[in-house]
Amino acid sequence: MSTRREFLKTSGMLVVGIAASDPIAAFVGPPFTGGQNATGPYPDPDFRQLDSWIVIRADNSATFFVGKTDLGQGTGTAFRQIMSDELDIAFENTSCVMGRTDVTVDQGGSGGSDALQTDGYPMRRVAAEARRVLLEMASEHFGVPPTALAVSDGVVSTKTGDTADRSITYGELIGGRKFNVTLTGKNTDTTTGTAPLKSVQRMKNVGKSPQRYDIPPKVDGSLKWAVDMKAPGMVHARNVRPPFAGATLVSIDESSAKSIPGFIKVVSKGNYVAVVCEREENAIRAARQLKVQWRKPATAPFPASEDLFKYMRSATPSSTGKPVITGNPDAAFSSATTVIEAEYDVPFQGHTSIGPAHAMADPSNDQLTIYSNDMKSYGMRNSVAQFLEMPRDRVRVIWMEGPQAYGRTAADDAGFEAAYIAKEIGRPVRVQWTRQEETVWDTKGPAYAVKMRGGLDAQGNLVALHYDACAADHNHLGYNEHDTVLISQLMGTRRAKVSPGRASLPSDMYAIPNRLQTTRVVPLPMPFETPLRTGNLRDPDGPQVTFASESFIDELAAAAKTDPLEFRLKLIQAGTQDDSGFKRARSIACLKAAAEKFGWDPRPSPNPKRSTGDILTGRGVGYAYRSQTVVAQICEVEVNRKTGHIWVKRIVIAHDCGLVINPETLTRVLENGTLHSLSRALYEQVKFDTEKVTSVDWVSSPTMTMADVPAQIDVILVNGDPNPNRADLPHYGAGETVCKPILAAVANAVYDATGTRLRGIPLGKLV
Amino acid sequence: MAVINLRVNGKAHRVDVEPSTPLLYVLRNDLDLSGPRFGCGLGQCGACTVLIKGEAVRSCIRPVSQVQNVEITTLEGLAQDGKLHPIQQAWIEEQVPACGFCQNGQILSAKALLDKTPNPTDAQIRDGMKGALCRCMTYYRINAAVKRAASTMKSPPTPGARDFSPAAIDGERS
Repeated sequence: MSTRREFLKTSGMLVVGIAASDPIAAFVGPPFTGGQNATGPYPDPDFRQLDSWIVIRADNSATFFVGKTDLGQGTGTAFRQIMSDELDIAFENTSCVMGRTDVTVDQGGSGGSDALQTDGYPMRRVAAEARRVLLEMASEHFGVPPTALAVSDGVVSTKTGDTADRSITYGELIGGRKFNVTLTGKNTDTTTGTAPLKSVQRMKNVGKSPQRYDIPPKVDGSLKWAVDMKAPGMVHARNVRPPFAGATLVSIDESSAKSIPGFIKVVSKGNYVAVVCEREENAIRAARQLKVQWRKPATAPFPASEDLFKYMRSATPSSTGKPVITGNPDAAFSSATTVIEAEYDVPFQGHTSIGPAHAMADPSNDQLTIYSNDMKSYGMRNSVAQFLEMPRDRVRVIWMEGPQAYGRTAADDAGFEAAYIAKEIGRPVRVQWTRQEETVWDTKGPAYAVKMRGGLDAQGNLVALHYDACAADHNHLGYNEHDTVLISQLMGTRRAKVSPGRASLPSDMYAIPNRLQTTRVVPLPMPFETPLRTGNLRDPDGPQVTFASESFIDELAAAAKTDPLEFRLKLIQAGTQDDSGFKRARSIACLKAAAEKFGWDPRPSPNPKRSTGDILTGRGVGYAYRSQTVVAQICEVEVNRKTGHIWVKRIVIAHDCGLVINPETLTRVLENGTLHSLSRALYEQVKFDTEKVTSVDWVSSPTMTMADVPAQIDVILVNGDPNPNRADLPHYGAGETVCKPILAAVANAVYDATGTRLRGIPLGKLV
Repeated sequence: MAVINLRVNGKAHRVDVEPSTPLLYVLRNDLDLSGPRFGCGLGQCGACTVLIKGEAVRSCIRPVSQVQNVEITTLEGLAQDGKLHPIQQAWIEEQVPACGFCQNGQILSAKALLDKTPNPTDAQIRDGMKGALCRCMTYYRINAAVKRAASTMKSPPTPGARDFSPAAIDGERS
């Protein structure tokens, strides 16, 4: 009845069962052998059944089924490490299937850097439970109590020490059969059996760096991605977008594209328009050639990008956050010896994935299968069912690898469009966005205008701080919702209510006696059918907020004529509060580790020994946390006085995310995440006039290239826990914290080098 | 429509398409070679890179009619007899890819660079690789992998090993 049962029945002869007509089997391989389940329906895998999480084959290999997606950060490999440790099976004999709504439990897909921090625990618990059940089976088999058994790499042995010791593999115990063990827990986060978790000290794979299993097929070209999916009879669709925000469709002249070979039809509803052709190149031509008339909206949808911050500062807020107050800020500012103020601007920034949005939808058998790189495949599945008014169990989303988009695919559009068109024309359809479409219409990280004010006493102590943030985050999208995805907006089936968005606070452990934090969200005139729709861009607003807060701390240190790193440490050390994650102690540990690695020479900024040549050098620091993960970054810059070019020559990253599962993969994540934010710091900005987004490709929307790669990046994996060897050291998330401080660290280094304070992103100049 | 003759990864193919069709779509949709990727269709990002006569070529803007009867190498054609090219091996050793979507362009750009400049300086790597964009920003490891590959490739070839550079293959065929 289910794929899993089908798999279990055919275990051991898996390849034989692959149906040639089932593209999933061909691409994903066993155990998806195109059994009965390939034709649907697709009920939810039951997270309370151990069999939904783990399958053990007769050959003593195991497959883990997890409801997360790996966006190129090695989480799949990490899941195999923690689960093989708890199960006591050789890492090499495991595999991992992720994010397929028909065969993996709904763990929500990816997002929020929670893959290990939250979802790692149920994975560990179910693997530990499987081990417990297998030991019970072995106990019955040998007629000895479980305590008289030892297990290693999936082999259970009696341990009497006799030569007559016997052993049996997991595969021999259960291969080809189901566990039939019911788990408890209200949801996937709390799913558990009765077995305890292992101590850190007993884990063999955790802390080692097996290579990522997805890299060889990515390097030899053999991996099939969501962009590669094909099905018999598949056709190609391209969207035709409104040329202006808020445009209304007046007319379509279908005859203008009809002569194109293989033209099938124009699919249109409301302001949504797409063309469908037999071949891809002809769909591209048809989309270009189709004559469509649009009417501009009566009023401008947004101010031009050069007027954005002026607009934001004077706009009426759509919502205002409750002020966060410590001490008596007013009185402290009144009695402060020195008061300084500064304003920081961070523009809208695009996700601008290297690969534009895409999906393939197959409506065969009156079901709907969507092949997508959606990071939240479960959300897409549920919302497509709502969007098309289909029963949930007739829709499935097969997550496949795709271009990383750092949050953009949490509000994926192409999957909905492919599903809609496939249902309209009754054939499998591949939708591929163009570069221009992606750059213009992807969701944007919200723009921030932040005003900072700080007061120092006569000794240079920070006694008062006011953080006042304004975010253009009105109508924040970020999740697959049937009534907010772009196609629903354009079709006129969107919700009426605008989501409120948010303006966030900085994340630091500074003990400032008098502190005021105020926030507001401001709307742009047009909330829907606009390319300036905001979404979750990698730590949705941490880079913006931290640019302001960590730049200003530096300005205060300079005003106090104090070393900026010591200024920070003193503020953290002045604290007395801590939490269960010991963020204060770990913040101190990270800042100190970064300083030591960098060879930080304590002195105030700017650099007193400024060069008289063309190249000025300086160093800057930034620090932040996210949830329980802490990071400090120090960079060295070279500023070309003649060209204005900023080269970040060296970066030190000191990072504490608790228990490290795979040090090498984590190191890559930290290097890459830092450079992604460095690109945002130096070059990235969405530009627009009062009608449309004018950043449309890699020329008008530049990104960092190899030309700017730092000469050296040092990563230090800090364990600043007061009890670093505790048996239950938690594994915190690691995807996004590292994206926060580097923007300010660079601006601080430029100030150190030049004495000039840059307060607007982007900081750099392409030369 | 027109009959187009292509030679890709040592095999001859005949397709019937519009002559102006960019090579990329023929490789991906007709020849099932999914190494080259659609990234921009504008020749700006390098995701679609293939090698033609040792040059890194943007297949998304190259009409298929212009590349008839020349040897085209895609990512799938780098490995020979089941053995990965030293550049691919270096990419694994350095664990370069994050999402990996652009790495086709990175690896083939590195191949074109190292074929011409076997022992590149940092400046030559920056210059030679700057046209291949990576939004995961794996540049630091790409730099390391190019150097690692250069060092591996410098070691004397295994006796009897075939030279798989496009130039050598072209030479064999002529």
